[in-house]
Amino acid sequence: MADWEIRDLEYWDARIREKVEEFGLSCYPQEFEICDHFQMLGYMAYSGMPSHYPHWSYGKSYEKLKTMYDYGVSGLPYEMVINSNPALAYLMRDNSLCLQILTIAHVYGHNDFFKNNFTFRSTRPDLTLNLFKIHADRVRRYIEDPSIGIDRVEPLLDAAHALSLQCRRNLAVKKLSPHEERQRVLEAAQPPADPFQRIHKRQDYTLPDLDKVPLSPEEDLLLFIRDHNPYLSEWEKDLLTIVHEEAQYFIPQIETKIMNEGWASYWHRQILNSLQLPQELHLEFLVRHNQVVRPFPRGINPYHLGLKLWEDIKRRHDDPTPEEREKYGTPRKTGTQAIFEAREVDRDVSFLRRFLTEELMRELDMFQYEPRGDELVITKVSDKDGWREVKETLLKNVGMGSVPVIKIEDADYTHNRVLYLKHYHDGRDLQLEYAERTLAYLHQLWRHEVVLETAVNGKKALLSYSDKGFATKPLK
Amino acid sequence: MLSETIFRPYSPSDSLRSDRSAGDRQRHRQKVREAIRENIADLIAEESIIGKDKDKIIKVPIRGVKEYRFIYGENTPGVGQGDGNSQPGQVIGKTHSEGRGPGQDRAGDQPGVDYYETDVTLEELVDIMFEDLELPDLERKILRQVMSERLGKRKGYRRVGIRVRLDKKRTAISRIRRRLAVERRERLGGEEAEEDRRFPFHRDDMVYRHMVADIRPESNAVVICIMDTSGSMDTMKKYLARSFFFLLYQFVKTKYQNVELVFIAHHTEGREVTEEEFFYKGESGGTFISSGYNKAIEIIQERYHPSLWNVYAFHCSDGDNFESDNPATLKAAKQLCELCNLFGYGEIKPLGSRYYESSMLNIFRRLEADNFQAVLIERKEDIWPSFKAFMAKERTREGTVGAEATT
Repeated sequence: MADWEIRDLEYWDARIREKVEEFGLSCYPQEFEICDHFQMLGYMAYSGMPSHYPHWSYGKSYEKLKTMYDYGVSGLPYEMVINSNPALAYLMRDNSLCLQILTIAHVYGHNDFFKNNFTFRSTRPDLTLNLFKIHADRVRRYIEDPSIGIDRVEPLLDAAHALSLQCRRNLAVKKLSPHEERQRVLEAAQPPADPFQRIHKRQDYTLPDLDKVPLSPEEDLLLFIRDHNPYLSEWEKDLLTIVHEEAQYFIPQIETKIMNEGWASYWHRQILNSLQLPQELHLEFLVRHNQVVRPFPRGINPYHLGLKLWEDIKRRHDDPTPEEREKYGTPRKTGTQAIFEAREVDRDVSFLRRFLTEELMRELDMFQYEPRGDELVITKVSDKDGWREVKETLLKNVGMGSVPVIKIEDADYTHNRVLYLKHYHDGRDLQLEYAERTLAYLHQLWRHEVVLETAVNGKKALLSYSDKGFATKPLK
Repeated sequence: MLSETIFRPYSPSDSLRSDRSAGDRQRHRQKVREAIRENIADLIAEESIIGKDKDKIIKVPIRGVKEYRFIYGENTPGVGQGDGNSQPGQVIGKTHSEGRGPGQDRAGDQPGVDYYETDVTLEELVDIMFEDLELPDLERKILRQVMSERLGKRKGYRRVGIRVRLDKKRTAISRIRRRLAVERRERLGGEEAEEDRRFPFHRDDMVYRHMVADIRPESNAVVICIMDTSGSMDTMKKYLARSFFFLLYQFVKTKYQNVELVFIAHHTEGREVTEEEFFYKGESGGTFISSGYNKAIEIIQERYHPSLWNVYAFHCSDGDNFESDNPATLKAAKQLCELCNLFGYGEIKPLGSRYYESSMLNIFRRLEADNFQAVLIERKEDIWPSFKAFMAKERTREGTVGAEATT
């Protein structure tokens, strides 16, 4: 048993919460659960959820985590917080008191971020735990139903998981109803207002094709298939909904990884530094803190990058150097105002775009690498000429940027119910083996031919998957 | 003001109860096994599994249990962070270092390159392999087994027998019993028992152990690997041969308790060699296949008499034999068939070489023995089907078991 009791945790928690309020963080009520490392592995495999529907992929992730843990490749995280109201976090039984204090402070940082960042508005934290429980119950019921069974549920979940992240990224943008969508298309087709209408030739106006499905390219693949494939039975539609909703729940976390971890690390340090810890606890804290936020050699550690950014923003607003004053102007906000504003209105992409400066990139020695043969070679470093490009590459890779944008263009391609999708190519090709297998899943769900327009090595290509299997052809 | 924080203490019973991933883990393992079975043909041809330590751990790349998504390809640039002296042109790693570039942290719910392999022990793999072989007949019937007669199984006791089988203890006990009975009878009859009366052994006291002849299947097997090591056998051919021998050995091992291996290399003369020499030492010169067979016959007769051993012999060659040796080869092969449970010939001809090189397959066609099988191996994908064909021979031979039960 470790060197603490629940009483100790309660004592330190009370002191930490004093600080939390003093610093102006605003949190959901917090619950902590003490668990052992087996339970921790279990929670990690199921994204922290106390109840979750079964699927072999979670068994796989458990095995993977356990192997890594057993071989000491990676330790267990000190902390695991669920975005819910009240926020639920797990504390590992075997951790030392110092680690528990650190974790508790860190958890309040996440808690505040979950409650206040705009991307989490759509996640309905009051219902999170219940929602996952209800989903789990429904999936289990389908598995136990003798007319459905695991052998039909599992392939459907496999397919749905493959497509779950192909959905709208920015949940703050309202999804239009079919009616609004029609209005929008009609308005978009109107010629622009012309003050000299009377002397100009009349502009052509072609009525947009309102029968087209979808009216405008659709990003929510699972929902679209659910609503437009008449051959799906109710339980299949329900499974697609469940998988979609769970993916939606996790998107804000994917989108704010750097900010979120940086924010929590920033505040756990502020809080612990102000707690006047006994010396031995404080020394251990420094060691642990530096382990968490150390830069990964040749990689990006979101804890480290995030922390650096928050610190930099605060410093630049409170105490800018003369050069910065000249370059960015005199700050109009205090550092505290600036960081609290950013934690509310940004996600990783906008956050990095706004606040990652050339100077900071140089300090962090950020570089861009590309594969050359079977080696990864640095192609750009953050010098005067290269930093913009390095930054652009970084922006492309954070959050949902690592998921290709693929939209449904036409559900009745060649008037034959062929599903036509388009990959919005941004210079990065798809991994073809994965594309092939994922198209097979799409085909499985759509129950008819699917076609994906993409580009391979700079040439446009059509990948298709039909009953006859996978095929590619170049596109003119 | 924040409401009170709740701390839920650890409860070990929860921990026991909450192994909720058990079902999913099992399902995952099942899928891994299926995936291995699907790729079995590739796997057995991989060099990495050809070794004989059953605890050897093999990394099996799993294709069947990847979680596919749309992801970006490998030519995507990434961003990393250095120690302060990064220069353009510096090499920072390999493209396939554990499947994920050193760049972004792609853990968690982000799709990453799903590189996945699992560890299985050789033993487990062999199990799966033979599961795939689908040997339903084989499992019900036993393989042809040599029956050997031994005298020596004890079966009860007899009043008569030869001196060496006298059971002294039981004999002494029955004498004591008889004496007690006599004394009791005398007491009841009112007779005064005599002190120090002699009480000699009687013929009725004698107890002899009874022995019966015992016929039992021998669980000894020997795998005789014969290989042409003449100049024409190159590394690739040897590698194919090696895979085949490996399979045969593993298979025989699942069926018998005690399995020995004999390696015979031959060019113009056959000799017994170690495994190392067998696979790695090339020799030059011509080929007399009969020399290898005769050596095998010699070894069998010397050390592995068919009355005690189940003999499996397999010969790998590229089919390049001196014309003049063919009759002798055929004769020796016939003799080997009589001695072995199963005798096989694998002709290894990497693709293309088949048409211009001589072949023994035609010659062996003349060999009429129902426990002989000749197969052609052109590339590594052929190994598994060939092995199946070879084993099918064994299966169809069950009828002869009874007839050859004892020698």
